[in-house]
Amino acid sequence: MTEAPVIEEKRVFMTGNEVVAWAALAAGADIMYGYPITPQNEVMHYWSRLAPRYGRNFLQTEDELSAGFATTGGVMAGSKAFTATAGSGSVLMQEPMAMAEMMRLPTVTVVQQRGGPSTATVIYSQQEVTLTTMGGNGEGIRVVYSTAGHQDLYDYTIKAFNIAWKYRFPTFVLGDGYQAKMREPLTIYDPERRGIKLLQPDPFVGGEGEPGRDRPPAQYRNTYNLEEELYEKIMSDMREFEENSADIAEYESRHTEDAELVIIAHGIVFRAVREAVDNLRRQSLSVGAFRPVTLRPLPGGQIKELAARVKKILVVESAYGQIARLVKEKVCGAACEIYSMFKPGIGIAAAEVEMRAKEILAKQ
Amino acid sequence: MQPVPAMPKSWRLDNKPHKFCPGCGHGLILKCLGKAIDELEIQSRVVYGCDIGCSLLSWDLFNLDAVQTHHGRTTPVMAGMKRARPELICIAYMGDGGGYSIGVQHLVGAAMRNEKITVIVANNTQYAMTGGQMAPTTLPGQKTETSPYGRDAETTGLPFRGAEMIAAIVPEGAYVARGSISHLTQLTRFLKKALKNQIDGHGFSFVEALSACPTNWRTDAARTWEFVEKDMAEHFKRGEIKIPGKKEAVTDA
Repeated sequence: MTEAPVIEEKRVFMTGNEVVAWAALAAGADIMYGYPITPQNEVMHYWSRLAPRYGRNFLQTEDELSAGFATTGGVMAGSKAFTATAGSGSVLMQEPMAMAEMMRLPTVTVVQQRGGPSTATVIYSQQEVTLTTMGGNGEGIRVVYSTAGHQDLYDYTIKAFNIAWKYRFPTFVLGDGYQAKMREPLTIYDPERRGIKLLQPDPFVGGEGEPGRDRPPAQYRNTYNLEEELYEKIMSDMREFEENSADIAEYESRHTEDAELVIIAHGIVFRAVREAVDNLRRQSLSVGAFRPVTLRPLPGGQIKELAARVKKILVVESAYGQIARLVKEKVCGAACEIYSMFKPGIGIAAAEVEMRAKEILAKQ
Repeated sequence: MQPVPAMPKSWRLDNKPHKFCPGCGHGLILKCLGKAIDELEIQSRVVYGCDIGCSLLSWDLFNLDAVQTHHGRTTPVMAGMKRARPELICIAYMGDGGGYSIGVQHLVGAAMRNEKITVIVANNTQYAMTGGQMAPTTLPGQKTETSPYGRDAETTGLPFRGAEMIAAIVPEGAYVARGSISHLTQLTRFLKKALKNQIDGHGFSFVEALSACPTNWRTDAARTWEFVEKDMAEHFKRGEIKIPGKKEAVTDA
């Protein structure tokens, strides 16, 4: 249709929101639906500039409900459709995403977390973990990637489209205001030239022929009449979700083999943790780091295995225990001690993590 | 064996009779819509979207590709679909609660942007699926479950004229009309013109259809008919309010 947007593999220096727009382009996204909210605005700004050049579309809707529901309409039509949001916009986005869960619609949503609750700050937090992983009324039949920087934003935005269309689970890329707004070097590339096959979307509706004559009508609903009917539907989706969880789940681990204390963190906080752990190792302290890359499904097997092996776990996050709750659920029953460092809505530096780790190691 | 009534070709026959209450207006409106689709020969291009409320019972009524969405959200689903695949003919069907209350911001947004979709709002003056509560369209003095002493215009406002509001905000190219189950030929004509407006790519098209809910109105056949023809007609005028290329509104055409 048009030229490939990312032709050569190259190093670039960009803000995270710009990275998301380029990644969506590289992933073959056809259309973005969005509504302004800080700190994700520049995803729309860059996309609305890039899209017409490469034959893609953009629609600014009247609110996030509309952006999310229009995204479901786009994917049903057979387009790779996505949206981006944050904060209270994420709250509104849960209604359409609940429908996407129920109807197994492969939407892609980029969330750049800001402070909460309510309007709070436009800056940064990790307080949209519970919301993004579990959504609204339902069971959280969704995939959530938590990125730790710009290369991740590029790689996982591309991957999100493939995973969404492969499994038909609504898929989320969970970033934050720091990643959205800061500039970082990264490598952009054409995924197909790296051997990443981009999945082609199949339309849900509008197939060839006349419904009822040439084929049965394609009819989708999210309403059920009987308890048993709903139960069957949910159980079948959950089975499929759980069967594929081990394939979808991703993690990063560092020096955990011989560690007495393992620090668990996700997203950008993991970068502070990684630095802290490297410093502690230089001081001959036996500390490791573990990062769930997918927050839903969580790499539960690896967390369980860690908990069975290490004496102490420290959970660090820019929220008051949102990732900790998910981790504790997996750790439940293990003998290890669990410590926390919760700093809701504020950034975390390596030095603070280092101090907290030393405090914990000193405890008998 | 009972004779099978004449049904539009675009209706599914395998799951009839439909699921609406006896005397409900939805069946009539959707029969008109089916006839309009048949006459335009667009069955293979239409995607039918329906809302929450009694309209959801129509999710498998037609031999059309279909999606049943959330309360008030059918408009953005179909607008999003149309943007992604402009060759599809996208219909959003909902009640007055979905269209004029919980989903009114979507209706306004879609109308302002002149989205090339067709929105049909069935107006039965109350929320029927949930048991007959007051809606923006409830008539003054009308008793509902949440206005048990009759709607007080002083504290809850006057019946919302959705078609007039849409006509006031749409750009040129849009089509806006109000029909009624009491005038089926006219309603079919309006629906057909609305769909034609979408097919021709002129812009947004909108039809409000006055409907009936004897179950929640607690009316017999005669009083049901009177309510639609007299009581509702006093507040909601039938006719074409906006036609592409025409300046003046035509009422009671």
